[in-house]
Amino acid sequence: MSASSAAVGRVRARKSHPATFLIPAFAVLAVFYFLPTIFNFIYAMTDWSGFRAEINFVGFRNFSDLLQSGTLLNSLRITIVFAVLVAVFQNLFGMILALLLEKDTRVNRFARVMFFIPVIMSALAVGYVWQAMLRPDGGVNQLLGFFLGRDITVAWLGSTTWTIVVVALVHSWKWMGLSMLIYLAGLKTINEDVLEAARLDGAGSWRIFKDIRFPLLAPAVTFNVATALLGSMNGFDIVQATTGGGPAGSTELLNIFIFRTFGQGLFAQATTMSLVLFLVVLALAFPVIRTLRKREEVL
Amino acid sequence: MSASVLTRAAVVRRKPGSRTGVWRYFQPVVAIAAVVALIGMPLWIMVVTAGKSQAEAQHPNLSLPTTWYLWENLATVWDQGRVPAALLGSLLIVLPSVFGVLVLGSLAAWILARRKSRLISALYALAISGIVLPPAVVTIVLLLRQIGLAGTGVGMVGVYMGMYMSTVIFFVTGFIRTIPLELEEAARVDGAKPLRVFWNVILPLLVPVLATATILICLYVWNDVFYAFFVIGGRVDTLPLNLFQVASAGLHLNNWHLIFSYVILMSLPLLIVFIVAQRKIISGITSGAVK
Repeated sequence: MSASSAAVGRVRARKSHPATFLIPAFAVLAVFYFLPTIFNFIYAMTDWSGFRAEINFVGFRNFSDLLQSGTLLNSLRITIVFAVLVAVFQNLFGMILALLLEKDTRVNRFARVMFFIPVIMSALAVGYVWQAMLRPDGGVNQLLGFFLGRDITVAWLGSTTWTIVVVALVHSWKWMGLSMLIYLAGLKTINEDVLEAARLDGAGSWRIFKDIRFPLLAPAVTFNVATALLGSMNGFDIVQATTGGGPAGSTELLNIFIFRTFGQGLFAQATTMSLVLFLVVLALAFPVIRTLRKREEVL
Repeated sequence: MSASVLTRAAVVRRKPGSRTGVWRYFQPVVAIAAVVALIGMPLWIMVVTAGKSQAEAQHPNLSLPTTWYLWENLATVWDQGRVPAALLGSLLIVLPSVFGVLVLGSLAAWILARRKSRLISALYALAISGIVLPPAVVTIVLLLRQIGLAGTGVGMVGVYMGMYMSTVIFFVTGFIRTIPLELEEAARVDGAKPLRVFWNVILPLLVPVLATATILICLYVWNDVFYAFFVIGGRVDTLPLNLFQVASAGLHLNNWHLIFSYVILMSLPLLIVFIVAQRKIISGITSGAVK
């Protein structure tokens, strides 16, 4: 294309695709998304609270207070552990379900619909259901007791070490149906002839999965791992409804901390943690997505 | 594909998943057992507990109620949880949020997909940043106060639109890039103005991708409680907010029958929509997510 015709093309583009059409969407983004995010950086440096009218600049005092009391690193550690556990469990369960229900039979179609029900339920409701299931006298222990033939009274939500794993499992339970669907869609795109050729060469099911199907699922894995990891960094409802952050604060995710301190009128602290969450997700997002994409390109 | 491959495939045609004979008979059993254990049990505890008297529901478990009080309990939470007001509130927030974000997002995505310049790429990157980056939930409240929208449904709709605009722009821009430009040109030669081209040519083609986005955004907004707490908590009734109220009051008193009655009531609308349209919803999500 010559320079003049490129210029003509640009003028045409300006007329046929006017930039003014960008304004409404970007106005909404600016007011309700960008501006609050910028405010986040500013108000994290103030003593904004529910107790006083004026707001003063205090520099990094909120950060140093939260660092010193240990809450910042503690909440951050809990959030990251939770997010990693969710990314692993949700994808493991989703993949197993997809492989189990891959064939298009009536039973499998029914099962897929059933496994999707938790996805459409409110996360808060899911949390309450599992709180009832996981109490020492709740449903899970009742079932275990029935099959093992003795009383089981494990306090699933009472351990300061393991409860974070349990709530990650509950979170994964809610979303595994969505991962399953995405893996099912990925499995469908794999060329049947490739699998046939491998089978004729004598490869077993596991070999075929490990060496052919799993690598070909890379785009679905990228999508699922990235959304599970980064989405659960922002988790709240399920953990709030099952443990409320307990026992002894051992499942207090950043968002639960933000919710609690905001309710106490400590707005600056809540803002500071919200900024921490933003920065951590920002720092994680690019390497995570880049690494996963690179894995795709190798293939 | 060569003829030899075709014949070979026809001779030993075996669908993946039907590896050995035993597994073929065993698989449905495993599938059903998994559904019963993993989905059936949690749903079961919800229904039987919702049907119990207060005394029986104190310690929720899987046993059947001695007498069913399901209707009474549903009626109690219908009043106590202000279900009609909450349902109305939820609808009045979800519908404009989803409609607004789809229309404005698609309009912007069309321009972002068709025009090429460094500025456009920068705007696109900025617009989709919200897919992964969490919204600044605390300062949103401050901002809404400053513009007089704190605690209002309008403010909430704006916040949801700001949160999910990125998702729409991301999905739709990618989709529009696969639509041939010639389809627009034909309409343009006939003298159609840009808005007309968008409305008559582009928007109808976007139906599949918009369907996917609608399903996902409806799910998130309908069930959201975290952002609703900050923006409209205590001012506007929505289903999840009122569930939280009923549950916070109920947990102290171990009123599990009321909590689960409310859970059943609030899950029904989406559950009915899902059961009616499950095939479309499932294929919509799978076609949109993996390209």
